[in-house]
Amino acid sequence: MNKVLNYIPKDSFIHRLSGTTKLVIFLTFSILCGASFDTRVLIALFILSVIGFLLSKISLREIRVMTTFLAVFLTLNFILLFIFNPEYGCELYGSRTVVAHLWGRYYITLEQLFYQFNVVLKYVIGFPIAILFISTTNPSEFAASLNSIGIPYKASYSVSLALRYIPDIQKDYHEISQSQEARGVALGKDVRFTERIKNSIKILMPLVLTSLSRIDEISNSMQLRSFGKKKKRTWYVLKKMTAADYAMIVFCAVILIGGLIITNQGGNNLYNPFVR
Amino acid sequence: MKNDSVKKVVATGIGAALFFVLARFVAIPSGIPNTNIALQYGIQAVFAVLFGPVVGALSGFIGHILTDLTWGSVWWSWAFGTCVYGLIVGLFAKKINIYDGNFGKSEIITYAVANLIANIVAWPIIAAVGDVLIYKEPFSLVFAQLMVAAVADFACAMVVGGLILFGYSKTIAKSGSLDKE
Amino acid sequence: MDKKPIISFKNFSFQYNAQKQPTLKNINLDIYPGEKILVCGASGSGKSTLGNCINGLIPFSFNGKIEGSLVVDGIETKNSSIFELSTRVGTVLQDPDRQFVGLTVAEDIAFALENDCVEQSELIRQTFLSAQTVNIQDHLNKAPFDLSGGQKQRVSMAGVLVDKVKILLFDEPLANLDPATGKSAIELIEKIKNDTDTTVLIIEHRIEDVMWERVDRIILMDEGIIVADMNPQQMLKSSLLRDYGIREPLYLTSLKYAGVDINGVRNIDNIRYLELSETDRSTVNRWFQEQDKPVRKNDNDYILEVDGLNFAYEGGHQVLFDVSFKIKKGEMLAIVGTNGAGKSTLCKVICNFEKASQGKIVFDHEDITEKTIRARAKHIGYVMQNPNQMISQTMIYDEVAMGLAHSGLSEDEIREKVFEMLKVCGLYEFRNWPISALSFGQKKRVTIASILVMGPQIIILDEPTAGQDYRHYTEIMEFLKSMNSRGITVIMITHDMHLMLEYTDRALVFSKGHLIADESSSAVLCDPELVREASLKETSLFNIAEMCGIDDPVEFVDCFIECEKKGRESDE
Repeated sequence: MNKVLNYIPKDSFIHRLSGTTKLVIFLTFSILCGASFDTRVLIALFILSVIGFLLSKISLREIRVMTTFLAVFLTLNFILLFIFNPEYGCELYGSRTVVAHLWGRYYITLEQLFYQFNVVLKYVIGFPIAILFISTTNPSEFAASLNSIGIPYKASYSVSLALRYIPDIQKDYHEISQSQEARGVALGKDVRFTERIKNSIKILMPLVLTSLSRIDEISNSMQLRSFGKKKKRTWYVLKKMTAADYAMIVFCAVILIGGLIITNQGGNNLYNPFVR
Repeated sequence: MKNDSVKKVVATGIGAALFFVLARFVAIPSGIPNTNIALQYGIQAVFAVLFGPVVGALSGFIGHILTDLTWGSVWWSWAFGTCVYGLIVGLFAKKINIYDGNFGKSEIITYAVANLIANIVAWPIIAAVGDVLIYKEPFSLVFAQLMVAAVADFACAMVVGGLILFGYSKTIAKSGSLDKE
Repeated sequence: MDKKPIISFKNFSFQYNAQKQPTLKNINLDIYPGEKILVCGASGSGKSTLGNCINGLIPFSFNGKIEGSLVVDGIETKNSSIFELSTRVGTVLQDPDRQFVGLTVAEDIAFALENDCVEQSELIRQTFLSAQTVNIQDHLNKAPFDLSGGQKQRVSMAGVLVDKVKILLFDEPLANLDPATGKSAIELIEKIKNDTDTTVLIIEHRIEDVMWERVDRIILMDEGIIVADMNPQQMLKSSLLRDYGIREPLYLTSLKYAGVDINGVRNIDNIRYLELSETDRSTVNRWFQEQDKPVRKNDNDYILEVDGLNFAYEGGHQVLFDVSFKIKKGEMLAIVGTNGAGKSTLCKVICNFEKASQGKIVFDHEDITEKTIRARAKHIGYVMQNPNQMISQTMIYDEVAMGLAHSGLSEDEIREKVFEMLKVCGLYEFRNWPISALSFGQKKRVTIASILVMGPQIIILDEPTAGQDYRHYTEIMEFLKSMNSRGITVIMITHDMHLMLEYTDRALVFSKGHLIADESSSAVLCDPELVREASLKETSLFNIAEMCGIDDPVEFVDCFIECEKKGRESDE
């Protein structure tokens, strides 16, 4: 099994779906979540993604690292947004309801809080969906799924090759940097900045050169086994589409269209509770 | 070159893998707290020059998305920025033509111009607009963040990418001209 | 033969675009269906180019000029395509990691069929059948890094067999395998050949290992021409192999040393069926009695002591279990065992590339267990298997000087040291060359020089001669021997039993993370039990000793090695 992404094999409704379906779900949510700033749509997406997450039987413990990362990132982003422009929410919603005054130009306003709540919501929705996608989809299915939603198979296969060779290149990097360290090449904080850059080249140079020779050999071996012979190719790993898959895809189409209609009702993609 | 397309498929995959490994596992402190040198953009530039715009764009795009996925959320606006960056540098690949074994003054200038344009279009334009549209973040904040990114990546691509391309050009120097001393 | 050849070269020449001379010159060669052919030759002889012409990489991937004709299974290759040829010729490349492109075993085997748009249920069926042929069907869902080198190679074989090819082409199939795995690979090739009725070409310079199973013909190449094309018996009885820089089987050389009349020996091409007459046996015995029995002694002090070493990866996977040994100053030592037995890990722990979980490492009576990579590197140098992974400069001088950059020496002192090292390594005349202009063997020497310049007393080399032909092998090993005679202790990780016999006094044998033997190299290779446990391969000298009723085979092997050394010295 490929361990580059955190695939967690289990038997659940979500796991049984074809990779293609999961890719469609992932993209639908990503597009809608990106396009909409309508709080109602975002909350609906959030609830759906949590349901999906529960269905997958993935426990929070299994994705601890990522959750921590997200929490830290969100907190930082939340603070930064406020410090940088505490009045942005008011500009956006065209009103100003002060809750408290902190100091100087920093006022807490309902509009700013609501705006930042929406931003957090957007990040938070992306999270269970991305997690769901990578933890329930066998990486082997990635390329086949991309191909089946219309991406050319050659481009799709690049994704598969990347997943295949990440561990090899990681090992290469590790070994090269160790053997260079033995010759005095260090990258730590105690080394001067310009020196660090120079030293990184001493590691990257052999890494790039071995990667280039690897490219030549792999492309030869792929041609020797007919890669690129036909306009299409079949996939060993592609899961057969079932009724559940088709139902999910129809469902995705419905929420995508519905979500976009609701979002654009007011002429822009905002939901503005402050307008009376 | 015949059957170039298969080689480009492989170069995209390996380029993406390199991007991933450097972005995910290699942390070289930049001097600014909690910020590392983004070596991956130097390598992406190298691949764009060696293999052209499609490989430049896709290797970065795939590498970026895979890296983001390990953290649990894809940052689409930046991923598209990465994609556009590789595309633009790659468009200059024919002008640089590294396979002649030359990476002299005129090639370096072309490479610098390519990177300048690519970084401006990719970060303060594509990615910033994306961030503003998607997250409705204030343009001033996003612009400030992305200008920093653009400057840092330009420097990295010039120094790291430039030196690697220079080293690579030396490896294709003709051996006929050599004499033992 | 009145059968029609399946491969037929007629006045065939090929010249790479980048080269001044043709690499293949006027080749005329017919290969008939069902034959098993061994193609050998020194590096640069054109043997791999010959293979690439057959599978279509030439001219479809490598550009160049073809003259004459090559017909493969009825098709003139230059008018065909790599795809048309690939359904007829299956190629198994040297490095299985580069050929294994799928994320799992099953996907990789199915790769060619997928590209041919075979429908999924048929894909699954054929993949399984193919996997069965090479006995890998129980590992279909495994990823490449969960497989051993031998298993990966079997996947590669299944991946070409799935196309029902008529010709199987193996490009140096033994280069990356440990001895026992290499032996089973050769056996598997024979089995596949018999089961599927294919024509087999094996390109390999390790002919003794290939000839463990019978081959029909040996084709010997040199500088782009076929210098000999004969059956193995004739080939071995001639002196052609030696003349063209190919190592002949050890048992054969030993019989020649002993003065046995080779022409009279039956089945000389295969150690398993070899028949020695009464006279031959007594000739060997007589020779053995006459030899001065070599005595090796090393009274030096210990330079490296490893005590109770344990190592486990972060996830808890333990690789080394309670390893202890001592090495004396000036020894030349081999570390052997299967891939994954812990050999490389041990060396990395010694250099602190990996941190020992337990145990003590003592260098020259000083405990260095707590010392950093850089501090240890001053005493113990490590040379990686692939020189391309170590070389980061474009010029030879800069590469060798790199390790001295922060040593506090002045520029003049550095130059002096580097020049001296380049002279010692025979690289001085190339000092202003770009490294890219060097051969693989020369690059290897550059990496060794770049380590030795830092003045270590011990140098550890990972597979110093992997993929090298006999001439380059001898060149590198003689160089290491000369370094050794200057007092540097040399430790080598190797799969090459010849190397171990010829150049090392002692071997540390590893199996599954345990040090299972620490004895003289000849003793290790004459111990069938140990050989089996550590996946080594016993030397054919041992078989000869047994056949001749010699009761101390170890001593027989030692005598042989002594003879070889003398031979080499007189060559110089």
